[in-house]
Amino acid sequence: MDAKKIIIIGGGPAGLAAAIEANNQGIAPDDILILERDRELGGILNQCIHAGFGLHMFGEEMTGPEYAGRFIDIVKERNIGYLCNAMVLSVSPDREVAFVSPTEGFCRVKAGAIILAMGCRERTRGALNIAGTRPAGIYSAGTAQRYVNIDGYLPGKKVVILGSGDIGLIMARRLTLEGAKVLRVCELMPYSGGLPRNIAQCLDDFDIPLYLSHTVTEIHGRERVEGVTVAKVGDDRRPIVGTEEYIECDTLLLSVGLLPENELSREAGIALDRITGGAVVDETMQTSIPGVFACGNVLHVHDLVDFVTKEAYRAGAAAAKFVTGETVPGGNIRTGTVLSTEGKNGVRYVMPQKLHADGALSTETALFFRVDNIYRDKYVVLSVDGREITKTKKRFLEPGQMENVRLTDGAIDAIKTGKTVTVSLADA
Amino acid sequence: MKYDVCIIGAGITGAMTARKLAKYNVSVCVLEAAGDVAMGATKANSAIVHAGFDAECGTLKAALNVKGCAMMPAETKELDVPYKQCGSLVCAYSDAEIAHLEQLYARGCENGVPDMRIVGGDELRAMEPNISPDAVAALWAPTAGIVCPYELCIAACENAVINGVQFKTNFRVTNITKENGTFAVTDGNEIVYADYLVNAAGVHSDEIAVLAGETDFPMHVIPRRGEYMLLDRSEGKMANHVLFSCPSANGKGILVSPTVDGNLILGPTAKAIDDKDDTATTTDGLMEVQNGARHLVPTVNTRAVITQFSGVRPTPVYADGDITKSDFCIRISETVPGLLHLAGIESPGLASSPATGEYAVELLAKMGLSLTEKSSYTPGRPKKIRFRELSDEERAEVIKQNPLYGKIICRCETVTEGEIVDAIHRPLGARDLDMVKRRTRAGMGRCGSGFCSPRTVEILARELGVPMDTITKCGGNSVILNGGKK
Ligand SMILES: Cc1cc2nc3c(=O)[nH]c(=O)nc-3n(C[C@H](O)[C@H](O)[C@H](O)COP(=O)(O)OP(=O)(O)OC[C@H]3O[C@@H](n4cnc5c(N)ncnc54)[C@H](O)[C@@H]3O)c2cc1C
Ligand SMILES: Cc1cc2nc3c(=O)[nH]c(=O)nc-3n(C[C@H](O)[C@H](O)[C@H](O)COP(=O)(O)OP(=O)(O)OC[C@H]3O[C@@H](n4cnc5c(N)ncnc54)[C@H](O)[C@@H]3O)c2cc1C
Repeated sequence: MDAKKIIIIGGGPAGLAAAIEANNQGIAPDDILILERDRELGGILNQCIHAGFGLHMFGEEMTGPEYAGRFIDIVKERNIGYLCNAMVLSVSPDREVAFVSPTEGFCRVKAGAIILAMGCRERTRGALNIAGTRPAGIYSAGTAQRYVNIDGYLPGKKVVILGSGDIGLIMARRLTLEGAKVLRVCELMPYSGGLPRNIAQCLDDFDIPLYLSHTVTEIHGRERVEGVTVAKVGDDRRPIVGTEEYIECDTLLLSVGLLPENELSREAGIALDRITGGAVVDETMQTSIPGVFACGNVLHVHDLVDFVTKEAYRAGAAAAKFVTGETVPGGNIRTGTVLSTEGKNGVRYVMPQKLHADGALSTETALFFRVDNIYRDKYVVLSVDGREITKTKKRFLEPGQMENVRLTDGAIDAIKTGKTVTVSLADA
Repeated sequence: MKYDVCIIGAGITGAMTARKLAKYNVSVCVLEAAGDVAMGATKANSAIVHAGFDAECGTLKAALNVKGCAMMPAETKELDVPYKQCGSLVCAYSDAEIAHLEQLYARGCENGVPDMRIVGGDELRAMEPNISPDAVAALWAPTAGIVCPYELCIAACENAVINGVQFKTNFRVTNITKENGTFAVTDGNEIVYADYLVNAAGVHSDEIAVLAGETDFPMHVIPRRGEYMLLDRSEGKMANHVLFSCPSANGKGILVSPTVDGNLILGPTAKAIDDKDDTATTTDGLMEVQNGARHLVPTVNTRAVITQFSGVRPTPVYADGDITKSDFCIRISETVPGLLHLAGIESPGLASSPATGEYAVELLAKMGLSLTEKSSYTPGRPKKIRFRELSDEERAEVIKQNPLYGKIICRCETVTEGEIVDAIHRPLGARDLDMVKRRTRAGMGRCGSGFCSPRTVEILARELGVPMDTITKCGGNSVILNGGKK
């Protein structure tokens, strides 16, 4: 296969939007190649048949497949290159992509720029060290979602859900609608990691109890799950002896977190952020390897696809600039001061992690972040080298919801001579 | 149907015995209670081919271990099973423990273990940069190795099948009678007849002995469970060799070892239990595993865990309390003619297995089984493609020949649809998710099979011509889709 100007790994909403924007910026459709390992484009959205996508982008509530469909249609109309059933096996620092597909065989293709859009995967039972037996009937929520929504089978009848992430909440509702009994949702933390609207619409509306500060300590059943032991946890998040309760069920669903899928990035030598699990990027979504960009869930886990799309537009535009030789800060020739961003006082991470003083910063540029606990009535403070630049009051902040602060003209000025940009919380 | 030999149990002991018997013109049938071979202790152990310095001098265990270890490179090559002779280190932390190393060294020499040496702290650290700073010396045994135990067992069984051995899985022997010199072995549904009976039933071998007519069998099995944690490949380089602590009264202790597939294995615990088939893990056990592993490699990241599991040792306890106390219970029955026991085979049963198989054949010959070599015998098994390990050119070539090798189903372990289809149609072909997993590694990776299991269920249903909701995780009632079709 001939070299491509831009290769995009992953055909989910991030990859699709990045491809479209690169094309908008003048890259010919056949100079772009989206590689998707699944049999269709659309990514995780294909199995999200609930409504709740696109409020920010399109001002209407769509299902996952409808949202993805808008972008897939454009890709197809414009003849932007894509290949399904194509699994990328490696990416080299000099931007060569190795992949396999039943039709193309094993290929190595050079790319002018690469956009990483591989999405994320779910944390597993193994990672949680839950003791007990290892029967059938333990699924990650996303796997169960695929069985129900794509294959048309119900994985079980009496379900306990561990973890109150959004997928778990959505699946609590879906399984109930399909006739299963969801007995309870247990959450280790004293608050839910899911969106408040999902707790209301998926649990409260169906009288499914949410047990905060609870976890599953043991799994029972030799062949199929027969029950689980749940227990209350203390402030140290360890089970409190004496609070154990046996619950009979045939299924345990896990919705205990998503992990950006960065094996390819790690092997390519791309610097990763320990907290987000994604690449360290600058304001153009460029990683530590020039010409390699990242966006979507592979960069940091998003709750709303609309933000994925916007992030992917930035990555697509920057990749186009990179290959057409227009300057991308930190690109071919690294010039200008590089600043680091950081989160403090309750801010877990800030993305992008790097900013270029002479970069394409504008009042459109936003810093995205998540908090580490539930907070009420706080200021979100943006400061440069310890000097406060802006502060915005927030009534309510929670880990389940991604937040952002936009740069102001004052901030952009300060960044020109600064070293560190900090986002932190302060009492209001 | 009547056979010359019937073997009860398709663990590594039964499998190697079947493979060694398959060289001769004898008809052999292997009966296995589980839905697959290698489902007992053979599935869940430390995967170490021990060099042979542990066993008491003069025991069968010592002899078979040293011989089995020496046979393993050629055996695994014939069977196309990955083997790594990485060597083992028993680490000492004090003068008292160094004295113990010297004892092990002397015992190893007497058992015939080649090339052992005691290495000092500096050399140890050069070999194992991540070893605890408190370790001061180690016993180095370069002949020790690592192998995937269930893959070795499956391979030996596949080899036996293509050489004419019959396997019956889901056949739990519940009764054995003997009429006119012929054994009749049944699971309640079907009867298998044989002239010779081999008891290789692992943790249940003492019960099979009684079923077969032993009145005063001098051994009973105590099940002792060992729990493990398996870490991601990201931790695979934390140890270059098999790392043991010094054995104490509590046994060999927790070890840290690389696996042939590049992961890191930590364990096992050792706890006597009541139920011989209880392979659950416990919170305390997993804690002990982590602490024990940190004793050897303090910086090991146990959060990179992929899975936890446990296996049950068939620890033999003898009535007479003599010196064979700790030995394998391999013996020709004194009360039931034609009955051979390969019982109570705990560690190093895996390492010993090729030698045990050969020895079993010798004993059967001694018992009167007539053995003439089969001209058609082939030592290997049907070719197996491991896409993950192919070069670029080889990958291009296999996809050209069969496009299913261009479709990756398990992204963590890079397993293709071609390999899964092959696993289903090989001898003793896969019928459930775990059988696919043990044959291809699909689902063994860090995503815990979340990504590939729906696809593998689909492929199994398609290839076997059955509905998806009949596919199980591991046979029996372990159906994946318990709620029916929408
Ligand atoms: C169950 C669920 C419910 C959600 N609910 C909502 C909601 O109600 N509203 C909302 O706005 N947002 C919701 N979201 C969030 C939003 O859908 C996701 O954030 C978004 O889909 C992420 O897009 P992505 O392109 O980054 O990743 P994905 O959609 O995961 O796409 C990544 C793609 O990359 C492919 N890929 C990965 N590795 C490779 C490789 N090596 N080679 C080739 N291809 C590869 C994958 O197959 C996949 O198709 C939900 C998410 C989930 C998972
Ligand atoms: C925790 C642990 C760690 C170990 N580590 C090592 C190591 O590192 N190196 C090493 O060399 N050895 C090791 N061992 C020992 C090794 O695993 C065993 O010695 C070996 O697997 C025994 O094989 P087997 O075939 O005798 O028994 P098994 O593998 O238990 O096989 C017996 C088979 O008989 C079947 N069976 C039982 N009853 C019936 C019945 N009624 N009808 C039909 N079939 C029946 C069972 O289903 C089973 O498949 C370890 C063992 C354990 C448990």
